[in-house]
Parts: sequence; C-alpha cells; structure tokens
Amino acid sequence: MEEMQLLEAVERYLRGEMSAEEKAYFDQLRRSNPEVDQLFVEQSIFFQQLNQFSDWKNYKSTLNEVHQQLLAEGAIKESAPKAKVIDLWRKYKRVVAVAAVIAGITTFIVAGSVSYYSNKANRLQVEMLRREFKRDINATKNDLLNKVNDGKATKAPQNKAPKNGGTGFIIDGKGIIVTNAHVISNANTILVLNNKGDEFRANVIFEDQKSDIAILKIKDNDFKAFNAIPYSIKKAGAELGEQLFTIGYPRNEIVYNEGYMSAKTGFNGDTMSCQIGVPANPGNSGGPVFNKSGEIIGIINTRLTEAEGVVFAITSKNIYRALETLKEKDTAAKNIKVPVSSSIKKMDRMQQIKKLEDYVFMIKTY
Amino acid sequence: MKIIPSDKELLEGLAKDNRQAVETIYKLHYQMIQSLIINNNGSIDEARDIFQEAMIVLYEKSRSPQFELNCQLKTYIYSVSRRLWLKRLQQMQRFGPEIGKIEETVPVEEEVENHETKNQEFVMMEKAMQSLGEPCKSLLEAYYLQKKNMVEIAGNFGYTNADNAKNQKYKCLMRLKKLFFAEYKNNQG
Repeated sequence: MEEMQLLEAVERYLRGEMSAEEKAYFDQLRRSNPEVDQLFVEQSIFFQQLNQFSDWKNYKSTLNEVHQQLLAEGAIKESAPKAKVIDLWRKYKRVVAVAAVIAGITTFIVAGSVSYYSNKANRLQVEMLRREFKRDINATKNDLLNKVNDGKATKAPQNKAPKNGGTGFIIDGKGIIVTNAHVISNANTILVLNNKGDEFRANVIFEDQKSDIAILKIKDNDFKAFNAIPYSIKKAGAELGEQLFTIGYPRNEIVYNEGYMSAKTGFNGDTMSCQIGVPANPGNSGGPVFNKSGEIIGIINTRLTEAEGVVFAITSKNIYRALETLKEKDTAAKNIKVPVSSSIKKMDRMQQIKKLEDYVFMIKTY
Repeated sequence: MKIIPSDKELLEGLAKDNRQAVETIYKLHYQMIQSLIINNNGSIDEARDIFQEAMIVLYEKSRSPQFELNCQLKTYIYSVSRRLWLKRLQQMQRFGPEIGKIEETVPVEEEVENHETKNQEFVMMEKAMQSLGEPCKSLLEAYYLQKKNMVEIAGNFGYTNADNAKNQKYKCLMRLKKLFFAEYKNNQG
C-alpha cells in the first residue's frame, strides 16, 4: 500500500504536479530515508521507460498512418518486382536447398564424365597431328616396293599396312625417343625411321594419354647408340615472339618449318601446352620445337580445326615430369640422361639442321 | 508555389509530435530508402521497417536538446537507414555484397547503437505489457498512451469512481514494473 502511494507521489513529482511545499517535503523524505530514495530512483527510471514506450508507440502508429495515407494519396509508391523474388525465396528455401543438393550431385557426375570423355570432346575442335596411313595406302605400298628394290628389307609386320605415323626425337643416346602418346596408341608394333630410311623396332616404355607424352626405347641390334646429342631440352618455357623452328615427318621426308611463340597457354588456357605460329600438318605430332639456340621447348601435338595456323605444343618441362614418373616405376630407366646443353647454339640454321636431323625419327605404328 | 520547409523546421516539428512534419519527411525521403533496401536484397516490408526505424532515431535526436544536424536531413536519414540495414543483414546472415554508397553518408554508428539499446527496452516493455493481461493492459494504455484522464477511464471501464480506477491503475503499474524488471534482468543475464 505504501509503495502505491509512493508511486503516485513519484509520478506527480516527475510531472511537476507537486506544489513547492510538497516537493520540498518529498525531497526531505528522500534525503532522510535511503529506502525511499532508492525506490524513487527505480520508479523514475521505470517511468522514463514507460514514457518513452508510450511516445514511441504513438509515434509508430503515426508513422504507420502516414505511410498508409501517403500510399493512398499516391505520394509514395511501393513498387519493386524484386520483392516478389525474395518472397518466393523465403517460401521455397527448403525446396531450393534440396534442389541445389541434387543439382550439385548431378554437376559432379556430369563434370566427372565430361572430364573423363573430354579428350574425345577436345579432339572435335583440335586435330591430332598424327598421320593416318589408311588414306595413302597405295603410296605406302609403293614405298615398300621401293625399299625392297633398294635392297633394304623392311621390318614391318608382313601383310600389314601401317596405321598411324608421327615424329619423335632422341633424348638419350641409348635410343630413348620422346613422341606423343596419341601417335603410338593402340599400336602392336612400332617402327622408327631415321632420315636415311633405316628402320628400327621400338617398344613403349612410358605412355600417358593425359599429358600426351610417350617414351619409346629402340630395341634393335642394328641401332648404334649416339655419343652426344647436339640439342638440349629446356626446362623453362619460351618467351612470346621467340623465333622457333620445327623438323618432322608430315611426309616420308623430313620437313623443316619455322615461326614464333604465339601464346604461353594452349587450347582452352591449358598451361601444360603453348601456342606456336609454326605450320604443322598430320605427321608433325611428336616432333620437337626448337628455339634459335637449338634447345627443345616443346612437342607439337595438336592444331585447331576451325582456325588456320593455330598449332599447340606440349611444353618441354612435361618431358622432365614424364621421366620422373617413369624413373619412379622403372629402375632400368634410372640411367636415362637428358641433354642439358646445346652444342649448336651459335651455328647458322642450315648447320643446325644438319646436326639435328639424325636425331629426329619418323614413327610408324602397325 | 509550394513551400518546402527547411530541415531545421522539420526537426522542430518532429520534436513537437507534429504530424505534418512526419508527413513531409516521409514524402521527401521514403522513396530513396525504399530503393536502397530493395536494391540490396530487401523487401518492401523491410524497407518500411527500416525507414520507420530511422524515423524513430531522428525523432529521438530531435527531442534531445544537444542535437545539432550538421549535414542534410536526407544524408542523415540515408546514413542511418544504411547502417540499420547493414546490421539487419548481418543478423539475418543474408550475405549481400557491400552495400553500395549511392549517396554520401555521415558516421552514425553511435546513434544506431544507442537506438538499438532503446529499442530493446521498448521490446521488453511491450513484452511486459502483453503478459500483463486484461484489464490492466487496456487500463494502462488508456492512461499512459492515449493520455485519458482518470474520470474518463473510470467511465469507460465501469469503475464507480475515479479513485477506484486510480487504485486499480497503480496495482497494475506495480505488476507491470515487476514484469518489466524481470524481463530486464533476463536480458542482462
């Protein structure tokens, strides 16, 4: 009961409804009685809260009224197509989440299968530069006849036409050859031919379709190991605009071409390869790309089908990578030594080619 | 010719609970805030909430004697709304990109913080009011919100005289106080 009276007193005090006399008495009471004072403070805080509450409440209802009124008058407009989307989002959050999970799984499956089949897909847009001998089977027959007439016996399997062909080059004098994996894929027998037309049998000792690199070893008694290889294999890539040249076997004869470094990445931004401005034709696949110092900077592998003169080459550091993988698996490969310095640096191009051509081979598969 | 009142006049009107001032500010600036919110991941209802909250901040400011507006009213409302909306987005974890500043802004972090504390108290009071039950709720609302006098209230609520109504009012007030402080402690702890 006492508290109630106090409450009333505080309220009147705060509103200034008390007479001066009453106020003085109340102040006196507060000073003399700490309990009253404490209650007073508490009450006044509470009244402040209550006042603020009522002010805000009234103000808020004014705001709402004004809002409705102005809306009705057309002074403000509530227009937003976006709000609908958000409402929909709120409504269907869960459904969307489930759909997203399903979509995620589907994406993984699709992405997985795409990457699995992507090599095939890419081949629609880029053309592998191996030779397919089926087309010029007659020529090959003539070729064979010529060779027989020349007194050289062919080592090709009897009654079999060659399937594919490409180019390869020696990276170790003992008869280790690097070429493209797509050149020798599905091959039963592999023959490598030097520029004089001598044939040697070779085996695949490493094949990686993904990086498109294959390493072959010549296993033939007729083969005489090379002492020193004139060129080297560069670990770093070439710079844009650098002069480049290639030699390879788009025909049955060794062919020279030259050009420049066009881009540091290959098809679809592939960093494993680069783009070169050197003409290339089927049969150039697996062929070395040299810079002017006679260092190998890449291996030709594909060209764009829908554009002229866009040729891609696998960068040479992939050769080192392939060798590392090979050495891990095969202890016999441990002693493969890659030439690291070029001995033809300062020579003019014709001399360079004379030195190089013995080390670049045509590859035929049966 | 239309006379557009100055920002100062508007604020003065706001402090005096002048409805005309509210209307004018609403007319001048609501559309800007609505497009701010909607362009940043919000709905129309949220735009309305944010604008009205900014209006409350402005209202409190206009009533405090030491307040001085040292930028355009438009900039102030925009800054407060933007700040409030950023906070709201954070709370909802609806991550949007950084809210672009189309308009210039002034720092209003402190005001918004203060406002939030006050708003919490407001919510607590509302909760206490709700749990008070009838007839206490209506009685207190009639007296404190609608500012009716006790005689009128006694008549409306069917008390035989104003003193009885007054007694009842104080009983209700004491209960409200207890509920409010209980809520207050809950929130502090």
